[in-house]
Amino acid sequence: MSHHSLRILIADDSDTDRLILQALVKRLGHEVIEATDGLDAVQKFREDNPDIVLLDALMPRMDGMEAARHIKALAGERLVPVIFLTSLSDAEDLARCLEAGGDDFLTKPYSRVIIEAKIKAFDRMRRMHDTLSRQHEQISERNRQLLEEQTVARRVFDNVAHTGCLDSPNIRYHASPLSVFNGDVLFASPRPAGGMLIFLGDFTGHGLPAAIGAMPVAEIFYGMVRKGFSSADVLREINQKLKLILPTGMFCCGAMVEVDFKAGQLRVWNGGLPEAWVIRSDGDLVLLPSRHLPLGILPPEQFESVAETVQVSPGDRLLVMTDGVLEVANEQGALFGLAGVRRCLEQLQPPRHPFDAVMAAVRQFSDKAAETDDLTLVSLDITDQPAVPEVSEQVLPSALAGPTEWRCEYEIRERTLGDFSPLPLLLHICLEVPGLRTRGGEIYTLLSELYNNALEHGILQLPSEWKRSAEGFGRYYSERQARLARVDGHFIRFRLHHTRKPGGGRLRVVCEDSGAGFDFQNHPLASGEAGADSSSRYAGRGLLLLKRLSKNITFRGKGNHVEIVYDWNFSAHQGDGDDRQTTP
Amino acid sequence: MPIQTSLAEDDKTLVIRIEGRFDFSTHQAFRDSYEHAGPRVTNYIVDLSDTTYLDSSALGMLLLLRDHAGGDSARISIENCNSDVRRILSISNFEQLFAIK
Repeated sequence: MSHHSLRILIADDSDTDRLILQALVKRLGHEVIEATDGLDAVQKFREDNPDIVLLDALMPRMDGMEAARHIKALAGERLVPVIFLTSLSDAEDLARCLEAGGDDFLTKPYSRVIIEAKIKAFDRMRRMHDTLSRQHEQISERNRQLLEEQTVARRVFDNVAHTGCLDSPNIRYHASPLSVFNGDVLFASPRPAGGMLIFLGDFTGHGLPAAIGAMPVAEIFYGMVRKGFSSADVLREINQKLKLILPTGMFCCGAMVEVDFKAGQLRVWNGGLPEAWVIRSDGDLVLLPSRHLPLGILPPEQFESVAETVQVSPGDRLLVMTDGVLEVANEQGALFGLAGVRRCLEQLQPPRHPFDAVMAAVRQFSDKAAETDDLTLVSLDITDQPAVPEVSEQVLPSALAGPTEWRCEYEIRERTLGDFSPLPLLLHICLEVPGLRTRGGEIYTLLSELYNNALEHGILQLPSEWKRSAEGFGRYYSERQARLARVDGHFIRFRLHHTRKPGGGRLRVVCEDSGAGFDFQNHPLASGEAGADSSSRYAGRGLLLLKRLSKNITFRGKGNHVEIVYDWNFSAHQGDGDDRQTTP
Repeated sequence: MPIQTSLAEDDKTLVIRIEGRFDFSTHQAFRDSYEHAGPRVTNYIVDLSDTTYLDSSALGMLLLLRDHAGGDSARISIENCNSDVRRILSISNFEQLFAIK
């Protein structure tokens, strides 16, 4: 590459020596800049930015060593080879030249062959250095861009997967800000009927593929929970979607938690996450291990959405985590593991919160803050009243634009009774009425109580007394499953009718079923005579709620035909409670 | 080589042995091990006796093998897992998809 022309600075106070060297270098095809002493050399270096510097070691005003130091400092990151020109032959003097920042030396008198070889060698080194720095810069730049893209993508993701009700006072969680790029997702949403649903997921793999899979899961979760679908429905939908969109080999380990604060019930489905823990207020621990394949593996017809049910009381706490918690390693490479979590929870000293205890133990174990980037941990406190802030939506009278005068009838029959819940659909129809939109919770409760009474008591003939004990609850639900498999010749029919009234509207719901009905004349709640005392809290729960929420409730026929009237006003939400018939 | 394959005596069972860590770094080698096995292979044994660790991408690779071997009709057994490996397989309930011995 002798044709490769360089800009070479030659500094020598001896005019003769400088002239000889200059002639030699020019003949090699390079451009020469001359300097007559060290100070001049530094000045010329600043002005002309040469590629290689040849410095006489001994010069007036500033010697070569001093000049070399300045030049190296000015060059900064750039590699500018400095070669000393010297008649010194003492080894120590030569060594001092190199210590001052010189890269090599040329001894006088000059040899054309050596000069040419050295310039070529240093030019190669210089260019290699340039390439490396450029690549390094490109990598840094690429990395910066990637982080920026992730931040923007994160913002998009946040809009879809907002925090839901993760801010509720009874939820605590740890998740890295960019956790979605580690494949971790955490969602929580209140259910229209009260209680809430929490989903913690961990996608295989990292980066973009994991994050892309998280988007539809967020949409399905928030979309369906808001409409009143159960955890089983949401899980089935997520599984089906992921099976469809993820390539084989990619899937999502996850846990779905459905909490019913009123009934003191947790339903936990765990597919591939480490054990979830219930920490009782008295310190007892209940483990909820993974009993299912992760989401996105099984085809819909093989998917099992059956959750485990745990009775809980206020003061109990639930802890769910991704395997990042178990995989935190210490300096010796040992893992925190399930044993670490267990130790920590068994030694828990009240009133310390298990969430704090586990986080502290993990941090202490790893010594490295970075370790907690790849783990997600969430805890839920069981409280006696739902601490979920109602998502309130301002309704203005102008919202009267929606449908207010309508009527519909919907009937489900035969096997459909066993496989399909009409509630989300019916709720959806009702919530088209603008004034009912903020009352979704109440409407859902009304519809679901009517529906469950019709199905469980009317058609399936399940005795509500069973639900008085914890064991009975289990029996009730397993019997429900069994009887649902053989519902022949039955139906449940809903008739909804909405009309406008001044300042609001009236929703009339008639629910009729093909069951045997019940003796409502002598039922303490249905007849409206006796007071609703706490002794019948469980058994009469459905009716009590219906009475509280509606203006009026009427039983007809054999008791298998129920009509309720629900009034709403545009005024403040509490205001319309006044004209409601409250339980005596 | 962290992955070794051999054909069992019956000539139709492919034995895939994984040494050390079974994770994303073995992805290509694992795929090659069964994709080049030839048409006669109908059964698979994944021998994990020398596998010290297995992560979720390995679970994904096992699912890929299962697809390759015919999905629901695949005949794959996973053998000789140590307790850590066994635990990871059972957390994900892979017993439902593979014969784990």
